[in-house]
Amino acid sequence: MSDLDQSTGQAHRHDPVYDELHATPEFDRLRKLYRGFAFPATVAFFAWYLLYVVMSNWATGFMDTTIAGNINMALLFGLLQFLTTFAIAWLYARYMNRNVDPIARALEKRYDDRLGGGAR
Amino acid sequence: MSSDTLTAILFIGVVLLTVGITFWASRQNKGAADFYAGGRSFSGFQNGMAISGDYMSAASFLGISGAIALYGYDGFLYSIGFLVAWLVALLLVAELLRNSGRYTMADQLAYRMRQRPVRTAASTSTVVVSIFYLLAQMVGAGALVALLLGAESQSAKNLTIIGVGLLMVFYVTVGGMKGTTWVQIVKAVLLMGGTILITILVLAKFDFNFSELLGAAASNTGKGDAFLQPGLKYGIDTTSKIDFLSLGLALVLGTAGLPHILIRFYTVPTAKAARTSVLWAIGLIGAFYLMTLALGFGAAALLDTGAGSKVAASGGNLASPLLAEAVGGGDGTTGGAVLLALISAVAFATILAVVAGLTLTSASSVAHDLYATVFKKGKATERDEVRVARISAFVIGGVAIALAIPAQKLNIAFLVALAFAVAASANLPSLIYNLFWRRFNTRGATWAIYGGLIASVGLVFFSPVVSGSETALFTGHDWSYFPLSNPGIISIPLGFFFGWLGTVTSDEPDTAARFTELEVRAFTGAGAEQAVRH
Repeated sequence: MSDLDQSTGQAHRHDPVYDELHATPEFDRLRKLYRGFAFPATVAFFAWYLLYVVMSNWATGFMDTTIAGNINMALLFGLLQFLTTFAIAWLYARYMNRNVDPIARALEKRYDDRLGGGAR
Repeated sequence: MSSDTLTAILFIGVVLLTVGITFWASRQNKGAADFYAGGRSFSGFQNGMAISGDYMSAASFLGISGAIALYGYDGFLYSIGFLVAWLVALLLVAELLRNSGRYTMADQLAYRMRQRPVRTAASTSTVVVSIFYLLAQMVGAGALVALLLGAESQSAKNLTIIGVGLLMVFYVTVGGMKGTTWVQIVKAVLLMGGTILITILVLAKFDFNFSELLGAAASNTGKGDAFLQPGLKYGIDTTSKIDFLSLGLALVLGTAGLPHILIRFYTVPTAKAARTSVLWAIGLIGAFYLMTLALGFGAAALLDTGAGSKVAASGGNLASPLLAEAVGGGDGTTGGAVLLALISAVAFATILAVVAGLTLTSASSVAHDLYATVFKKGKATERDEVRVARISAFVIGGVAIALAIPAQKLNIAFLVALAFAVAASANLPSLIYNLFWRRFNTRGATWAIYGGLIASVGLVFFSPVVSGSETALFTGHDWSYFPLSNPGIISIPLGFFFGWLGTVTSDEPDTAARFTELEVRAFTGAGAEQAVRH
């Protein structure tokens, strides 16, 4: 049984369990931990990507510098974008698995216990 | 066996394989959760494959390698933008959306807002984005088949578009999300396999020395070092440079607003599985885009890409298949014919999997958002809703066919970039605001969606793409008051601005209160939709 109300498609209004969970220090900590990684990482990769686009446009002298053979700075910079994307994705998953998931599971369990016995 | 026979056999093979998968999957379709979300029972790895299959479209396989073949380094921006964009989806959207939504993009807005206005708005932009994306794929299919028939036969192109349209309606109506997902998984395997094969064959021609490949590309095109440096396509003047920046913004912000990508997160049982699936997708898609460098520069090094060549005449779209023919031994050889047929069949499979995903997304949104909530006010039964979704798939297929036939002169990568710009302008602002801004409300959501949608589509209408240039849709007229072909740099900030403006000019205390529920549910999964157990 889904906990969505078919007539409006919205969840049952104001189940107090949500307010309770929201007020717990664990939830506060979960949100802080998530934001502590996701927000700075988003700013960082976005700025890094914009730097790449802007330099491709307006710093062509630098981007045209040859590094070895026919490999130039522009290609290296582009490949570095791949590398940082892989690295950030991997670090984020590791961080969430280790720090955030245990708290989320505990809170979800508390929700299930509260609404257990057919309440859902 | 002639090469035409071989090509025909491989194409029919692809069609039979996908049709078989669809019938097989249809036996397990029971309720709405099966039809819309594949029962939420796919693993993270399976969904990662399916996401890759959904995302690597004709624009990626044919468009990017073609852009690199023609414009060298500037084509590489597409690869980078398309990949980095996945970080937005991973860090800000995938997991939270999995926990707070149900079947469509609109669900997570509807969680705390007034149902009818936000569902109408979100459904409208879902259909618009998906149709732009569909057009690109169908135009690609037409071009591909015309190449294989060796003639610029317009009726063959049109027949292909109609055929693809009928197939996609079949996949969706019969197979639902389960069938569509398996078609996408199989396609991802075929595409990766085909791309790896051609990449190895290309690199082998240059003793696996990438620098030598680049050198050969620079000298064969006669453009020298400029071919390997940024600026050949976009570095002409300030307008073109701003156009490039605008394109770059749309690419990186568009992915996380593409409805057909977003609904894939509903097919897994947990937020953690959604995260795993994006990780797999980033790995597969990243590896694929690295290989497009070898395909694109390989085509530039080994094929004639000058004015009047087959590659140039197709806007670059045929670079990959022709490259496959060249590394197989060239025109007229058995090896060349086999590889050309093989890669064309892979491209065809690519297109079929993507159009199926797009059709399903639009049909789901029409049935679940418009029919069930807006028209029936929540009184429709599940069975009714799924029936309407199937009917909608037919209508959307018909509309896509009707629009794709006149759109054939537009470049595939451009059409897809446009879909990204609309997605980033109309969908991303409301998604981000809804997940992270307590005060955000119904007026903010509808203004963000309609504002971003009208701004992006409107700017394209007044751009040189539609009128005023030699390659425009309407030649001989000129209403190109907006100088850029990519609207993102204006329309994305406008989407965010309208979302903010609508929010601060209206007061909706209920919506803010329900943010508490949304946050708990999104972050912890408490009360989120469960997988269907058969």
